Amino acid sequence: MITQPLVLGIESSCDETGVGIVRGTELLTNTVSSSMDEHVRFGGVIPEIASRAHLEAFVPTLQAALDDAGVTLADLDAIAVTAGPGLSGALMVGVSAAKALAVATGTPLYAINHLVAHVGVGILGGTFPDGLPSNLGALLVSGGHTEILRVGDLAHDVELLGSTIDDAAGEAYDKTARILGLGYPGGPAIDRLARDGDPTAIRFPRGLSQPKYMGTAEAPGPHRYDWSFSGLKTAVARSVEQYETAGLELPVADIAASFQEAVVDIITSKAVLACREHGITNLLLGGGVAANRRLRELTAERCAAAGITLTVPAPALCTDNGAMVAALGAQIVMRGAQPSGIAFGTDPSLPVTTIALPRS
Amino acid sequence: MLLLALDTSAAATVALLLDDDVVGRFGSGDTRSHAEVLAPAVQRVLADADVSGSDLDAVIAGVGPGPFTGLRAGLVTARTLSFVWGVPLHGVMSLDALAFEAVAAGAVGGTDFLVGTDARRGEVYWASYRSSGAAVPELLEGPHVGAAGTLPRGLPLVGRAASLYPADVVAVPAFATADPDAVSLGRAAHARLVARQPLLDTTPLYLRESDARVPGPRKRATA
Ligand SMILES: [Zn+2]
Repeated sequence: MITQPLVLGIESSCDETGVGIVRGTELLTNTVSSSMDEHVRFGGVIPEIASRAHLEAFVPTLQAALDDAGVTLADLDAIAVTAGPGLSGALMVGVSAAKALAVATGTPLYAINHLVAHVGVGILGGTFPDGLPSNLGALLVSGGHTEILRVGDLAHDVELLGSTIDDAAGEAYDKTARILGLGYPGGPAIDRLARDGDPTAIRFPRGLSQPKYMGTAEAPGPHRYDWSFSGLKTAVARSVEQYETAGLELPVADIAASFQEAVVDIITSKAVLACREHGITNLLLGGGVAANRRLRELTAERCAAAGITLTVPAPALCTDNGAMVAALGAQIVMRGAQPSGIAFGTDPSLPVTTIALPRS
Repeated sequence: MLLLALDTSAAATVALLLDDDVVGRFGSGDTRSHAEVLAPAVQRVLADADVSGSDLDAVIAGVGPGPFTGLRAGLVTARTLSFVWGVPLHGVMSLDALAFEAVAAGAVGGTDFLVGTDARRGEVYWASYRSSGAAVPELLEGPHVGAAGTLPRGLPLVGRAASLYPADVVAVPAFATADPDAVSLGRAAHARLVARQPLLDTTPLYLRESDARVPGPRKRATA
């Protein structure tokens, strides 16, 4: 078995075309080309535009990654690619490219889970200097997903404890930013504005927090660790309308701060609850929204109070990237797992329990 | 001249050609599994012929027009193979493949004709050609996408659009259900290379914008 495999990872599940290369747990390159600028005028990621951008970006990003890492394709021990979850058309570009790369180089290919890769990135860059800790959980918050995971073993024991049942948290930020006439992406714009606002000015709803959804630790309700953000967006819209109807100036900063507080409060309270009830003592915070100032602050505060050690990877490793795919791929290779072959399909809703696709 | 051709503007198809001779070929039965079947097909076609990628003189890719997702799977595959093997990459308009095949079969001798394929949503991808006796028919107009009823009237039409919209077009019967295919694509490319005619790069011919709409100014917050 190869102890320090050289693995190239390909990510194309949303609007980032990522190619990363790792040697075991050492990061050699994390090269990303983003189509975010092309989505700005639409106020959200447009799948067809993202897919077109992946096609144009793939070979240049691959070339840049190889140059940056100072390795050749002939040196690779394995290739890993995101097979899901994500946008179907976008996934297909990365998967087709990865398969062509595998055929042309004769290198084994591993089809892996994007969400678990967000956790796998924790082995890189000194995030966890001694390797992934035990009793690990992961809170993933981005424009495409919002999940709390229990991670027993990166290669074969990951469990979804809770997730959003409608919009992702990042999506809620984008939609709210649109209502408030702010730019895209909404997260940074709202976070910036919220600094000058009063987070207690308006009490926006915390979705799925009523007892009928929560239940108790012994008899959990149907959505004890799940989130819902679509009602929150509607509440913001209604609030804006009330000010407009009354002819009052819109307290944009207060609305932004109150919205952000509602999102961050419900994310962190449910995540910490899930950790406490599942013996999780180490929590990794990942995904693009991990860069949000208030989310980091309140997660840290509540984790500390609950005796949970919080770890946040470097921002470039939190957003979607190829290095995380390579990192998880390397872990799977190091455990001697069989490659996925080249006949597999993409799965836009791949469950976290499928960490790598078996040979089809 | 050893060419590997891929066309995914309709079905996923792969062909290995030594000049005009087909050494190996693959065609999928459906139009929605390109990302699954294409790479295994390339691998098998090359292995069966005992050819390695670096033996190729060029990789040829059909650049559409065709449904976007399948088209992209073919183009990213062709670009990646060419990049890794270090062999030249050329694009051929997918409708050219059908035009070439129809002329080679003598089905449209001496006349102007149309090629039309299924663009879904009640529309066709089409182009018009002149068959002037040369191996490679001359592209007169297109490619375009539009309703079958908007095509130039009275010209015989090669391709699946003839069986989808029989009331709107004049079918060339032998080609009424034909789709672009890697074999004809490879042959069309070979004829051009031999005649020292230019080929395309692999920019996809989408012909349609993405369906995205720029949101208009907000009137009411709850709108
Ligand atoms: Zn992600």
